[in-house]
Amino acid sequence: MSCVQTVQDYAFRSIGYGERLLPREDYTLCEHFTLIGSGMIWNIYFGLIAILFGFFAATGLALAKNSRSVRVRKPAEFFIYVFRGSPLFIQMFFAYAVFLSIKQSVPGFSLLTTAWLGASIVLFLNTTAYSAEIFFGALQSIPKGDLEAADAYGITGWTRFKRIIWPSMMRLAWPAYTNEAIFLFHATALVYFSGFPVWQQRGDALYYASYFADKTFNPFIPYPILAFYFILLTLAVILIFGRIGKRLNRHLPQAVVRRPSFMRTLFR
Amino acid sequence: MFSYCTDPSTLEGLSWLSCYLTTGKHMAFYQSFGIVLVLLAITAPVALMFGFAGATAARSRIWPVSLLGKSYTAIVRGVPDIAFFMFFVIALDQGFEYMRHKVKCPDWSEPVRQGNDFVVCAQAKLPLSTSPQWMHETYGFALAVLTFAIVFGAFAANVLFGAMKAVPHAQLETAEAYGMSSRQTFWRILVPQMWVYALPGLSNLWMILIKATPLLFLLGVEDIVYWARELGATKSAKFTEYPHGNWNAYYFGGLLVFYLMLTSISERVYKRLSLRLSHGQATAAGEAQRKAAT
Repeated sequence: MSCVQTVQDYAFRSIGYGERLLPREDYTLCEHFTLIGSGMIWNIYFGLIAILFGFFAATGLALAKNSRSVRVRKPAEFFIYVFRGSPLFIQMFFAYAVFLSIKQSVPGFSLLTTAWLGASIVLFLNTTAYSAEIFFGALQSIPKGDLEAADAYGITGWTRFKRIIWPSMMRLAWPAYTNEAIFLFHATALVYFSGFPVWQQRGDALYYASYFADKTFNPFIPYPILAFYFILLTLAVILIFGRIGKRLNRHLPQAVVRRPSFMRTLFR
Repeated sequence: MFSYCTDPSTLEGLSWLSCYLTTGKHMAFYQSFGIVLVLLAITAPVALMFGFAGATAARSRIWPVSLLGKSYTAIVRGVPDIAFFMFFVIALDQGFEYMRHKVKCPDWSEPVRQGNDFVVCAQAKLPLSTSPQWMHETYGFALAVLTFAIVFGAFAANVLFGAMKAVPHAQLETAEAYGMSSRQTFWRILVPQMWVYALPGLSNLWMILIKATPLLFLLGVEDIVYWARELGATKSAKFTEYPHGNWNAYYFGGLLVFYLMLTSISERVYKRLSLRLSHGQATAAGEAQRKAAT
């Protein structure tokens, strides 16, 4: 079987198109690359969904944590504490168990236990908490002069937030937020190993990599391929976020722009 | 456990619960919390050692050594840690067996990889197929520790590398001016001073390490996740004296609380430690302490 044929058969296997059966024997390098790459569709999907929704939720949550009212601040703090203080792995298991019991007791929630919805919700909540903490930190380090200038011009309320606070917050949070995005994409590999079942062998990249490793008992081919794909993904994230970061900083005198280095904060 | 537990089907409410929570399997579950703590206690210093070696290598003036140190930190950080865990457990195991195979059975002619099988001679198996069960468990756990140490060593190397660079250069120049050799400068000036710069990163790393411990489950160790799944699953009256529905949510809720406690305690310890380490340092925190004292 030629490599083109393999690509046709398995390139979209992870979302249910193409050959139904996975390769059984004589695994070729081409099959490795195609199937693991096919699985990356899920990783990218989970990551994008969680980042997209998480971004807005995190902005709101950061503002809530910054609120002067205790009744708004405390729940936000608690939410962030719970999701940042416990492992995502356990959160996945816990959420799956809860979703399962919801599904059994309330009809109409049967989709919650599927990975594409359930795991997306968990990842969304998780990244919301981490990003909110980053945004909150940025919110607190907005230069005092910016806010005073806004006051002096009589800019208040929503305009003040939209024109002054939010852009500054984004600018300051961006390097750390880039790291959060990278880690989120890495975290998507957990989905199919933590409770959420794989339906009809439609899994993510790590699922297929471990499939090959189990079958061939040779970890030295599938996992480096997986690593290759993830490094590509990481580089793409850095590139895109770097572009956005540059745009956020474009009003500053360029010689002074010292974006905090990306390496130093690659942790969450 | 208790004397009234002989026939659980007659029990109700709290006494049933007290019997249920003290079954042999639950005792194993409680012990597995110890496994997590043991893993943390062993892995943290080993990973720190790996990190120290990595950071020192990355700083080296010899080009291949520094390249080795830098690529060690770069690769591990670019790829999900879970992928590394799944990779290293098999890779390390096969690596060890292959080395033993080369030493113990030099006149073995067949290739080690035969199609989809990895075949070494019986004497090279790790652990030997004749060894008792606890040896197998210990070996699995040791592999897990080594895997954790390799992955987190790379993170730690990154932190320590940054911390070494953060030590004011004047300090090193002064040491040189006093006639210290570069080795003396490293051990007497650089290493003692770098910790205060490394501490925020290391504490962050400790938190990540805590949150990575449930991955032990994927490495085949009977840890808390394993037992929570085992105990939380639906039990019918046919197979157990304590039938119940799907209690996974309670068990994993319990684990969630356990981890929250672990991270909160760590945070408190970190605050104390950073206060202690800042003492007498030429940093903002150290300066604040000096001012408060006078």
